[in-house]
Amino acid sequence: MMNLLRLIGGRAASAPVARERLQILLAHERGLRGQPELLGLLRAEILAVVSKHVVLDPEKVIVRMERGKHVSTLEVDIEVPNGFERSLAAAV
Amino acid sequence: MAKVLVVTSGKGGVGKTTSTAALGAALAQMGEKVVVIDFDVGLRNLDLVMGAERRVVFDLINVVQGVAKLSQALIRDKRLENLWLLPASQTRDKDALTDEGVGKIIADLRTNFDWILCDSPAGIERGATLAMRYADEAVIVTNPEVSSVRDSDRIIGMLDSKTVRAERGERVEKHVLITRYDSARAARGEMLSIEDILEILATPLLGIIPESQDVLRASNVGSPVTLNNADSAPARAYMDAVRRLMGETVTMMVPPVERKSFMNRLLRRRAA
Repeated sequence: MMNLLRLIGGRAASAPVARERLQILLAHERGLRGQPELLGLLRAEILAVVSKHVVLDPEKVIVRMERGKHVSTLEVDIEVPNGFERSLAAAV
Repeated sequence: MAKVLVVTSGKGGVGKTTSTAALGAALAQMGEKVVVIDFDVGLRNLDLVMGAERRVVFDLINVVQGVAKLSQALIRDKRLENLWLLPASQTRDKDALTDEGVGKIIADLRTNFDWILCDSPAGIERGATLAMRYADEAVIVTNPEVSSVRDSDRIIGMLDSKTVRAERGERVEKHVLITRYDSARAARGEMLSIEDILEILATPLLGIIPESQDVLRASNVGSPVTLNNADSAPARAYMDAVRRLMGETVTMMVPPVERKSFMNRLLRRRAA
């Protein structure tokens, strides 16, 4: 019936396109929701743990999350100043 | 027990204010004691849609700031004696609203009314977050159109995280109200269908309000559509929605596809 109407009308129905676009977009947006809080929390706790042993610049701790279709990756990038072993030795 | 219900959407122009007026009037028509609150500070319109624009003396901000008592700001409807309006301020900005101030007003109203309907402004900023803050239930007004559905999804996420109930680990009961629905266009595949919208939003349906001239006609004369033309299709759909809010099971009426002949369309155009 729909196909027949479409043939007569000469135009493809656009609602299925709308539906598909929305489903893809919202799956992505729902994934992002609440994520800043999670990353902030992870960053703060990682920073606290590492800082116990190494003197760090808090600005140099980067936590990033990439969401894939099947798996996501959590990337933690911590820049450690040279000579941190010395500060460690001093602490011991 | 009083119920606080927010009428919200994210997107503007989908029918929040019209729906607040219609749902509020319909609840009052069923004998409930109702107050509708306009949270759209700076752009108030609920007074106009309800035909009370010339009776506004004090407003929500005056009450929040202690300039007026709540009883002084409430406007009683001329047609329904158990329907009241708390207007928004037209001259102040939304920053004059405070969480504590709104919380106190809602708590006061809870002791006096069966239903407190909060008409949210568009957007996701202060006015909108405060309108939903104390809600027990939410009506998410959605048009069958991509941007409206996307914004509704965002608002649903906020209802689940930013409300007092959510923070206490309780649920805000959410309902989708589809407005401006055109069955003929949906049947032709030009408009998202009811099933599409409900599947995407994963939220139960409260009602389907058909696209209708009666809605515009009602706001033109400042009368909620359930009062202005109780037999019209949108009025019946709002009445059914209200029965569902009150816990009744009412069969969902999907607006029928009107078959119009060429002559019929021609005549209708002239009449309008």
